Amino acid sequence: MSNILAVVEQRDGTIRGVGREVVSAAAEAAAALGGQAHALIVSGSSPADAGSLGAFGAEVVKLASHEGFGSYAPERYARAVADVVTAGGYTAVFFGATAQGKDLAPRVAALLDVPLAGDVTAVSVEGGALAFTRPVYAGKAFATVSSGGAVALASLRPNVFAPQERGGAGTVEDAGVTPADVATSNVVEFQAAGGDLDVSEASVIVSGGRGMKGPENWHVLEGLRDAIGNDVAALGASRAVVDAGWRPHGEQVGQTGKTVSPKLYMAMAISGAIQHLAGMRTSQTIVAVNKDPDAPIFGVADYGIVGDVFEVLPRLTEEIRKLKAEG
Amino acid sequence: MKITVCLKRTPDTETRVQVAGDGVGIDPAGVKKYIVSPYDEMAVEAALRTREAQGDGEVTVLSFGDDASVEQLRSGLAMGADSAILLKGDVTMDGLATAKALKGELEGRDDALVLFGVKAADDDQQQVGPMVATLLGRPCVTAVSDFQVDGGKAVCLREVEGGMEKVEVALPAVLTITKGTFDPRFASLKGIMAAKRKPLEQKDAQVAESRLTVRSLELPPDRPEGRILGEGPDAVPELVRLLREEAKVL
Ligand SMILES: Cc1cc2nc3c(=O)[nH]c(=O)nc-3n(C[C@H](O)[C@H](O)[C@H](O)COP(=O)(O)OP(=O)(O)OC[C@H]3O[C@@H](n4cnc5c(N)ncnc54)[C@H](O)[C@@H]3O)c2cc1C
Ligand SMILES: Nc1ncnc2c1ncn2[C@@H]1O[C@H](COP(=O)(O)O)[C@@H](O)[C@H]1O
Repeated sequence: MSNILAVVEQRDGTIRGVGREVVSAAAEAAAALGGQAHALIVSGSSPADAGSLGAFGAEVVKLASHEGFGSYAPERYARAVADVVTAGGYTAVFFGATAQGKDLAPRVAALLDVPLAGDVTAVSVEGGALAFTRPVYAGKAFATVSSGGAVALASLRPNVFAPQERGGAGTVEDAGVTPADVATSNVVEFQAAGGDLDVSEASVIVSGGRGMKGPENWHVLEGLRDAIGNDVAALGASRAVVDAGWRPHGEQVGQTGKTVSPKLYMAMAISGAIQHLAGMRTSQTIVAVNKDPDAPIFGVADYGIVGDVFEVLPRLTEEIRKLKAEG
Repeated sequence: MKITVCLKRTPDTETRVQVAGDGVGIDPAGVKKYIVSPYDEMAVEAALRTREAQGDGEVTVLSFGDDASVEQLRSGLAMGADSAILLKGDVTMDGLATAKALKGELEGRDDALVLFGVKAADDDQQQVGPMVATLLGRPCVTAVSDFQVDGGKAVCLREVEGGMEKVEVALPAVLTITKGTFDPRFASLKGIMAAKRKPLEQKDAQVAESRLTVRSLELPPDRPEGRILGEGPDAVPELVRLLREEAKVL
């Protein structure tokens, strides 16, 4: 049997978008191996849209629904996933490399005593075996690895694998696991970050650097983000900006921040240090605005404008607004 | 209160990565300098601040690697750690093999806290901390940007998509540290001198089999030659046209 289990995350009773990406990748790899893709959702109560994963290639959707899984308790979740993997005899398990997935997958790997490939950007099947490609050195290189374990575990980077409808209908069934009695950490409070889209989930990123001069000028970047649409666009920042306390660390892009691959990355008054480039050079299209024609950021930018951000940005915002108004 | 920080020797973040002749590793000739992996340095800082806040305690830095890792352990001692341990062995990308080597040492110690970096600057696996915790059977909070020890527990702030979680965990526990409040201090001259006299134990690691095999290492494809469209706001209409018609991203 060469079945692959996709571990799918839900939030507030709805499947997260990355779950469809993970199921699609599992379905494609399973087809190449001659097996099936199954999905597993661990949660307090069953998400209403669990069955919709069938269309993305999950032949079976397993639900581990129990009030003991009500909030994310990593040690308990890990045991549930490991038990389902063992009982189902899976060849491979895919997670989303989200905050939760990156926390959960290593624990499952340790319980199953198998290696894990983290933050994978490509899955391939060669000679009947899975291989995973993953960024190393903060994206300065890509390693292709294979697992010698009994089960191949991988977490897949969000926004890289396209969700693909395959037109199937999955059967929904009980996963048959209950919460184990293990010592675990407890989330006592959640502070929402004002509802802005997270930089790791955005398809357009408007990033500001030290050349923005101060936090009071960020409204200029916000204006551009809003013109593009705050449902797809998010703000990013260089480390210089975060270290100066102008913006929160959650927005930092680069070696000690987030690694992102949006459709469009706009670097505004960012010099393009090697540690910044590491975090964004895999973006599909890169735009740079900088007053220094020799700034290294122009070396990776598809389109560059040499000039003062405070003159270029308002014009750019205005032109994009016009374009959106025309539809 | 005893705290152990696991730290790794990695190439400096300025390194221009080149693939070695074997096609699976990086060319050491391109590495000018090795450092304590940046998040691990933050973890050392977190341990020192916890020791200071508690008024007493003992911080140990622990590394699994070759003889050269002594340099990074000395850096940890110079920052203020009390003692160091080097577990000698070959490090691979298989985080579980690394976790087993570290666990072999940690299980015999009575640490209230074991701290890790959230990820290492070379392999970026982001896994060793929670793997060690699972092998030890201790609870673990990952991606912690700030924490305080309060009686028998640690109260942690954890970065997740769309906000911050406040997480409580009973000690003994394992935490992985991300950027936040733990800006690493610089070692003072006095600290560097003192580090030379602090205990640094070296022994062979109990090395587990590495089962994750690197088949190939490649540089990312070169980006297509970019274009400077012009100077100042007058270049904007052309930019918007290209974003829409050529790149098709607007
Ligand atoms: C271990 C380590 C980890 C790091 N991790 C990261 C990371 O994760 N992310 C990161 O970004 N950096 C990181 N760095 C820092 C990095 O080396 C740079 O210091 C940083 O990226 C610089 O930020 P910046 O481009 O905003 O500032 P600067 O380098 O100061 O650049 C400002 C730019 O703005 C331009 N400018 C100024 N005024 C204007 C104007 N009016 N109009 C147009 N352009 C203008 C200037 O020409 C200049 O190019 C790391 C460094 C180390 C050592
Ligand atoms: N060889 C090692 N020796 C000591 N600690 C390590 C080693 N490898 C990884 N670690 C620790 O585990 C963390 C995560 O590493 P990784 O899972 O490889 O990204 C690092 O930040 C270190 O704290």
